Amino acid sequence: MSEHLIHHKTYDFPDQSGHFGPFGGIFVGETLMPALEELNRQYERLKHDPAFWAEFDYDLAHYVGRPSPLYFAERLTKLCGGARIFLKREDLNHTGAHKVNNTIGQALLARAMGKTRIIAETGAGQHGVATATVAARLGLECHVFMGVDDIQRQSANVFRMKMLGANVVGVSSGSRTLKDAMNEALRDWATNVDNTYYIIGTVAGPHPYPMLVRDFQSVIGREVKEQSMKQIGRLPDSLVACVGGGSNAIGLFYPFIDDKQVRMIGVEAGGLGLETGKHAAPLSAGQPGVLHGNRTYLMNDADGQILETHSVSAGLDYPGVGPEHSWLKDLHRAEYTAVTDDEALAAFRTLTRSEGIIPALESSHAVAHALKLAPTLPAEHVMVVNLSGRGDKDLHTVAAIDNIKL
Amino acid sequence: MSRITHCFTELKRHGKKALIPYLTAGDPNVATTLGLMHALVANGADLIELGFPFSDPSADGPVVQRAIERSLAKKTTLRSVLEIVRLFRTTDQNTPVVLMGYLNPVECMGYQTFTDAAVAAGVDGVLLVDMPPEEGHDLQPIMRKAGLETIYLVAPTSNPKRIAAICKQSSGYVYYVSLKGVTGASHLDVDSVATNLARLREYTALPLGVGFGIRDAESAAQIAKIADAVVVGSALINRIAELKDQDTYTAAELERQTSLIADMRKAMDR
Repeated sequence: MSEHLIHHKTYDFPDQSGHFGPFGGIFVGETLMPALEELNRQYERLKHDPAFWAEFDYDLAHYVGRPSPLYFAERLTKLCGGARIFLKREDLNHTGAHKVNNTIGQALLARAMGKTRIIAETGAGQHGVATATVAARLGLECHVFMGVDDIQRQSANVFRMKMLGANVVGVSSGSRTLKDAMNEALRDWATNVDNTYYIIGTVAGPHPYPMLVRDFQSVIGREVKEQSMKQIGRLPDSLVACVGGGSNAIGLFYPFIDDKQVRMIGVEAGGLGLETGKHAAPLSAGQPGVLHGNRTYLMNDADGQILETHSVSAGLDYPGVGPEHSWLKDLHRAEYTAVTDDEALAAFRTLTRSEGIIPALESSHAVAHALKLAPTLPAEHVMVVNLSGRGDKDLHTVAAIDNIKL
Repeated sequence: MSRITHCFTELKRHGKKALIPYLTAGDPNVATTLGLMHALVANGADLIELGFPFSDPSADGPVVQRAIERSLAKKTTLRSVLEIVRLFRTTDQNTPVVLMGYLNPVECMGYQTFTDAAVAAGVDGVLLVDMPPEEGHDLQPIMRKAGLETIYLVAPTSNPKRIAAICKQSSGYVYYVSLKGVTGASHLDVDSVATNLARLREYTALPLGVGFGIRDAESAAQIAKIADAVVVGSALINRIAELKDQDTYTAAELERQTSLIADMRKAMDR
């Protein structure tokens, strides 16, 4: 059995039909059902093949640059005056975020399945860039769907994708953001299902995506376990990660699920404040429903229509969340909270000035919660914050907020 | 005998095939939708598929997407769609009505509440495009117990194992998706549809409807030769999209606007 597949004593999800308790499952049109069954079959086969994981590990080591450091943020810790804060440096990965862990894995799947055409959805553009990158490397045709509003606010990443040879398809339906890009990707997949592999960027979507994306991203938590044993001689006391779809958070949390003493905290995008309704925090302020192929906590109105979300961070601007987070919430195994745009921006500046690390606005949400929580905890408490991506892509957004024209 | 089964039995007795128009409820508004339903029956429709809107219609092409956006802009809800059916039933007790849409509005209302309200309004069947039979184990028994038919999709990609399972869960009729893609696509291949329908016949005695990509009288007539029912959506919605958001259309005006259905009827009966 590969070390990549973590087996918990008390937690074995998803079940055979792809459910995490009442969450998850496969809710798509019939045209895509056989493709998902085939993907599941192929993954079940490959995940027991040591050669598959050997290639995955090789790529992560030599192409992505793993393992990423677990860095003791000494000045940030002093500033907070409480728990010792460690940063898991996913921002140092090739392409600048944790997203590439997943695209490497899924590209290997696509190749094994003989697919020649790759599609993906993207919000902030990080997953789009990570997908375009692996497609370029494997010489596969690549189409990335992106809301026209996101294309506007993430023009640098759009240019990167085009440089990498991807075709960026603007989506102007619905709210013209990530959720609509995902709708369009599903439509494309139903049309071109024979030769196309859909690389979903987060732990959402229909089964088996939440499972396989989790397995690929679990490299984050596996490394943290090893590194914390080596660096501090024990496991950390708490884990903090931002949650949009939730792939970096699941990647960090999943290997720790059986370690009950380790607190796991997911931080959602509180936008202008939960009370304003202008946020992207379904776990904090939503209810269960069905969207994009799975049952999970959602933001919808009384008639079941999906609401438009708001976050300063395009990568968290999504009305759903991975179904496993919904399950971990209901199991009370993980806690979920939200921080506002303003708190995230303040944390962005604090980390930049105290440690010389410019975080992505997504990751700044996790940092913001750490800044609140750490001062309330004793000095022996060890907290690991997942720094899921770097902030280069967000400089335009922050400059615009400061009324600076670049 | 259910209204849907009765409808297909009568058609068969007369050697005719069913013509099933799909329209999005609330486009351009609920009053016009009610008028359109009667106009469609007057033009020769046998059964009506009434779409209820959802903000994220990931299995629909641009024509239906825009119809749904127009409907949502008018604040159409699942409850207001059920009210349209109730009003339709006050003057038409014969034409079966099948609700078609996505699962989340139904989940939000609650399975039992939805089912009771649908039956009370006079709905005959339900087709939820993003609820495959595997995920229908909670809702399906509730609907069937209440007398609602559960219609499922079969696609060109469906393998024999899936086809068998789907047919087992289906009632009323089976909806065969004629092509890989979304609603309103244009690459209908009648020969391959015929082959796949023949395969499908081995699994079920239920009537077989064919939809996706049927756009004119000619393609309707071609499909009517090989299927029990012809479903037309996007081509009709393109005509409905020309209507303005006003509720003063006369029956004659709405019949004229949907004359495509009359043309299809004529071609299918020829």
